[in-house]
Amino acid sequence: MSPDMRTEGHGPTTVKIIVSGGFGAGKTTLIGAASEIEPLTTEEYLTEVSDGIDSLAGVERKATTTVALDFGRLTFRDQQMVLYLFGTPGQDRFWFTWDDLVVGAVGAMVLIDTRRLADGFAAVGYFEQTGMPFVVAINEFDDAPYRYSPAEVRAALEVPDRVPVVRCDARVPSSVITVLLTLVDHALTYEYEQPRPSAPVEQPHAV
Amino acid sequence: MAADDMAASAGWGPRQPPARSAGDPARSSGGDQAWVTYEAEELSLYAITGGRTRPQHSMRLVTLLEVADPASAKGIAPEADQAVELCRAGPCSVAEIAARIGLPIQATKIVLSDLIDSGALVMALPGPEASDHLQLLEALRSGLETRLSDVA
Repeated sequence: MSPDMRTEGHGPTTVKIIVSGGFGAGKTTLIGAASEIEPLTTEEYLTEVSDGIDSLAGVERKATTTVALDFGRLTFRDQQMVLYLFGTPGQDRFWFTWDDLVVGAVGAMVLIDTRRLADGFAAVGYFEQTGMPFVVAINEFDDAPYRYSPAEVRAALEVPDRVPVVRCDARVPSSVITVLLTLVDHALTYEYEQPRPSAPVEQPHAV
Repeated sequence: MAADDMAASAGWGPRQPPARSAGDPARSSGGDQAWVTYEAEELSLYAITGGRTRPQHSMRLVTLLEVADPASAKGIAPEADQAVELCRAGPCSVAEIAARIGLPIQATKIVLSDLIDSGALVMALPGPEASDHLQLLEALRSGLETRLSDVA
C-alpha cells in the first residue's frame, strides 16, 4: 500500500429515496420488498432546541431523542449506482430536522394506510414545502374496511394536482418498483419543466 | 461491556415495527417504543468517540467506504475492526456500517473518520458524472426498469 494518506477513491454513485408515512403504514414491508438485503435498522440521536411550547419562558431547552431508521438497498451494476431506501421514523417533527437524511434525496414517497389516512398529512405538507419531488402511494391492506380512490386521498390530504397519487401493494416487489419508477418519472418531469432550484447547502450537522 | 451489548441489542436483522393496537393514532402516544433514550449507551458512546461529537471527515449516510490498508486498523476499538471487515467485501455505506456494528450514525462517522486518518479506509466517492442530476435520474430510471423486468 502506498504510504501517502489517500482519503478518497472512486466508487459507484449513491442515491437515496425517502419512504415516509405513519406507524404501521407498511414502510418497512415496502423497503423489504424492493431491497436486495434484509432491511437494516440504524439509530441516531437528534437534538432540537425546543420551540417554547414545553420550555420555561426565556430558557432554551434541548430535547434529545433517538430515532430509528429502517433502510434497504438496490444495486444497479450496469449503471454503477446504489439506491438506498430510507424509511423515516414515525414521529415527524424530529426527522424533518435531520439534514443528513433529507438533503440530497432524489425524491420521497408518502405511504398511506387508508385506515389511518390523516397520518400522511404532515409528510405531504413537509415534502410540498421543501420542493422535493414526491409521490403518494396508497398501501392497499387486505382488511381495509373501505378502499379510498386516489382522488379521495388526494382531496383528503390536499395533495397538489401535479403530485402523482397511486395505489400499491407494499408486499409485492414489482408493485413497489413501479411506484419508485413513478417517482423518478415525476422527478424527471420536474427537471425538464423547470430549472432546478439551487441545491440545498450541505452542512455538517451536530448531534 | 457496552459495545457488544449494544451491538446485540441494536440487532443485525430487520426490526419489527412496534406493536400498536388498531386505530391507535401514532402521534398521540408519541410512538415511544421507537423513541428511546439510552443513558447507559450514551456513556459508552462517550468512551468510543473519546467525547467527540463530530467526525474530522465530512460524510453522509450514503457515503461509501472501502479498504485501503487494513493493516493500519490494528489495535483500535472492536467496532473499528468490524467496520474494516465489512468494507472488505466492497464499498459499504455509512448507514450500513452503523447498522451492522450497532452504533448510532454520528458515532459511526467518528470511528470511520479515525480509520480514514489511520489509512485503513478511504471514501469511495462517485465520479463527476454523478453531479449531473438529469443524468443521475435517467440512470436510476433505467436501473429500476431493469429490476422491474427481473422481478415481474
